[in-house]
Amino acid sequence: MEAALAQMRDRIVAAHRAKSPLRLRGAGTKDFYGESVAGEPLDTRCHSGIIDYEPTELVITVRCGTPLSVIEATLAERGQFLPFEPPAFGADPTIGGVIAAGLSGPRRAFAGAARDFVLGASLLDANGELLHFGGQVMKNVAGFDVSRLLCGSLGILGLITQVSLKVLPKPRAEATLRFEQDAGKAFDSFNRLRSRPLPISATCWHDGIVHIRLSGSPSALRAARESLGGAMLDNDAAQTWWQALRNQTHAFFSDAAAPGQRLWRLSVPPAAPLDVSAVDLFEWSGALRWMVSDLPADTVRARVEKIGGSATLWRGHDDATMFHPLAPATLALHQRLKRQFDPHGIFNRGRLVRGL
Amino acid sequence: MSAVPATPQEPAKTRDLLAALGRILALDSLLSEREQTAPFDCDGLAAFRQAPLAVTLPQTEEQVRAILQLCSKSGVPVVARGAGTGLSGGAMPCADGIVLSLAKLNRILEIDPVACIARVQPGVRNLGVSEAAAPYGLYYAPDPSSQIACTIGGNVAENSGGVHCLKYGLTVHNVLGLRGYTIDGEPLAFGGAALDTAGLDLLALTIGSEGLLVVVTEVTLKLVPKPKLAQVVMASFDDVVKAGDAVAAIIAAGIIPAGLEMMDRKATNAVEPFVKAGYDLTAEAILLAESDGTPGEVADEITQLEQVVRAAGSTQCVVSRSEAERLRFWSGRKNAFPAAGRVSPDYYCMDGTIPRKHLGRVLRAIEDMEKKYSLRCMNVFHAGDGNLHPLILFDANQPGEWQRADQFGAEILELCVELGGTITGEHGVGIEKINSMCVQFSPQERDAFFAVKHAFDPGGLLNPGKAIPALARCAEYGRMHVHRGQLPFADLPRF
Repeated sequence: MEAALAQMRDRIVAAHRAKSPLRLRGAGTKDFYGESVAGEPLDTRCHSGIIDYEPTELVITVRCGTPLSVIEATLAERGQFLPFEPPAFGADPTIGGVIAAGLSGPRRAFAGAARDFVLGASLLDANGELLHFGGQVMKNVAGFDVSRLLCGSLGILGLITQVSLKVLPKPRAEATLRFEQDAGKAFDSFNRLRSRPLPISATCWHDGIVHIRLSGSPSALRAARESLGGAMLDNDAAQTWWQALRNQTHAFFSDAAAPGQRLWRLSVPPAAPLDVSAVDLFEWSGALRWMVSDLPADTVRARVEKIGGSATLWRGHDDATMFHPLAPATLALHQRLKRQFDPHGIFNRGRLVRGL
Repeated sequence: MSAVPATPQEPAKTRDLLAALGRILALDSLLSEREQTAPFDCDGLAAFRQAPLAVTLPQTEEQVRAILQLCSKSGVPVVARGAGTGLSGGAMPCADGIVLSLAKLNRILEIDPVACIARVQPGVRNLGVSEAAAPYGLYYAPDPSSQIACTIGGNVAENSGGVHCLKYGLTVHNVLGLRGYTIDGEPLAFGGAALDTAGLDLLALTIGSEGLLVVVTEVTLKLVPKPKLAQVVMASFDDVVKAGDAVAAIIAAGIIPAGLEMMDRKATNAVEPFVKAGYDLTAEAILLAESDGTPGEVADEITQLEQVVRAAGSTQCVVSRSEAERLRFWSGRKNAFPAAGRVSPDYYCMDGTIPRKHLGRVLRAIEDMEKKYSLRCMNVFHAGDGNLHPLILFDANQPGEWQRADQFGAEILELCVELGGTITGEHGVGIEKINSMCVQFSPQERDAFFAVKHAFDPGGLLNPGKAIPALARCAEYGRMHVHRGQLPFADLPRF
């Protein structure tokens, strides 16, 4: 076993024996994300580097502490990328953190989520055993899909030491169209566009402006532009705009993160009715909506639940939980899974679900 | 191969169970006479058979729940089943248990053409979803070869793929939500029409869990717009390795074809008399690469594909000129399995996946194995994602042939694992590959799978004995494994 890995294993074994909690941490770009978590920090950045990258197999295998920037630069050299556009929050997260959080960027509704690109993962469990799930191939149904379970687990089941991800060729061309439209009209047009075979790779409405990104072959883009209209952004401006949305460096997010404000992230069925007055920004073809609101958490959650969604209190959670409460039967499954994988609760205790 | 009889429980206990089931179900929804239950003894892998105590065919979610509560209380194993088209024996019954057929839960509950989703019951056929969505210009992307018959519930259990999954994904990428029950009859809902939900991704965990975790009673599916046009390039190669290299060259050129399939010469020669697809029968391998999208997009991509395969040494390259011709080119690939059934009394379909770069090595090794086991093998291959389907031809009526086919298959799978691949790409472990699981996973990893199982089904009543081998079983397999080729008691049925 590699030295860095062995060190982390020893920390885990000791913590398990002492029943003392650990707080798994990469670059800390998502310290704000999750319920509050106690425990001694365990820094994963010591275990870093690309293990294998085969562009023609469309697979990259990396250690958990590898910076996202390194992975993206390596892929870019071969004209490839991570299609789920993980948010970097203005810094440089580790891939372990990216997968543990399971967050995806603007392309999510069109290309898939982080978990859709996870092919395999290795886990240091509470006993310090190194376990491998999934693999480095596209299709693999041997055993339960634990590697996808780990994506978005916020580290509560163990330390993700390594992941294999599916990568794709970068689109041949991209173009971004800009329209002036009020929220209601934008929402209706997203609803109309959804069922049309257009090369749309991102959509966003904010402050009276719609941005639509197209990705694909030049001829498909030409045809789509003719059919959609709108003004075209120049390439650099478009790039900057989508990066700002993806990484939440856009002014809307920095303003909303001001102390005393509550920023809600609402994940809802894409065509669920829009409360035009309440929502400040929506993307993912209407499936992800952001809202600054002083309404009590229970009120927001009850409303969102009614339309089949869930509400994350993205910024400004104090007494309220960050994550939408789980249904009792689902919570019971979480408790049993946690007990099975981490009987003494040493991994990121409470971060995904309070008390767990 | 006749089925193992159901375990004679205490007659009183069985009688009580049947009486209790009779109170839940309509008369024609409970089968317990041997002639009624016999069709449920196996799934698409007919070599593995087992008679159940009874077969239940509930018509409502409430009945599913009541059956599960009853079985949970009485400790009776439950094997959920869709259309029974599976190829790994995953739906083979338990001797002391019942079959829970979801075939009668076959309603499409909703097609929402605006949200682009379908809400369906598990007994709906895969193709039935696309047919219902077609008037809106939408379809359900995963298309396993059995799509005319297989059910969405079965697809969820197996995480089924198809010939278009390189571009459009597997079942796990196209299912948005599930509703179902635990073995205790506790209702559960994972995911939904929204893209993110709070907590662990139990939706992903459940998909492909082979009926070991929950019983699914409703599925929310993603529908996608039907591309305006699809065309296919059919390229011949005088060497399978060259064909494999052409696949790598296509990906390296930045193309993700909608479908990318390969057949070796044995396969094309077996299917051609059957489907008359016009395959080049002198080629060692043919490659089918499909492009879909807008007419402009397809024209660009087809030109590129032609250039790449020619540069990779293709000896002949044809492009479909009409929809009829495109379907004809595909017909041989889609009918490879029935064609195998025409050239041989029996065939055994394998499902290993390898990193594509090892294709040449694996195909050569399979040729050696053909000699070693004195059996023929034809190869069809989801080339884009490295998923091999060697079809081992044998005759079950010849003594020893099935055992040799079984060992041949196991040896292919071991090679797949050795090369960094997996024992099953899309057909599932079921009962068939349970020994091969011992090769792919360590005891600690298998313990982790049991931990998951235990969290959902502590009593181990949902599809017991499938998908994950117990420690003792692997120990036994390890002993047999050492003496491969001189298996002790080779004539004894091992399963």
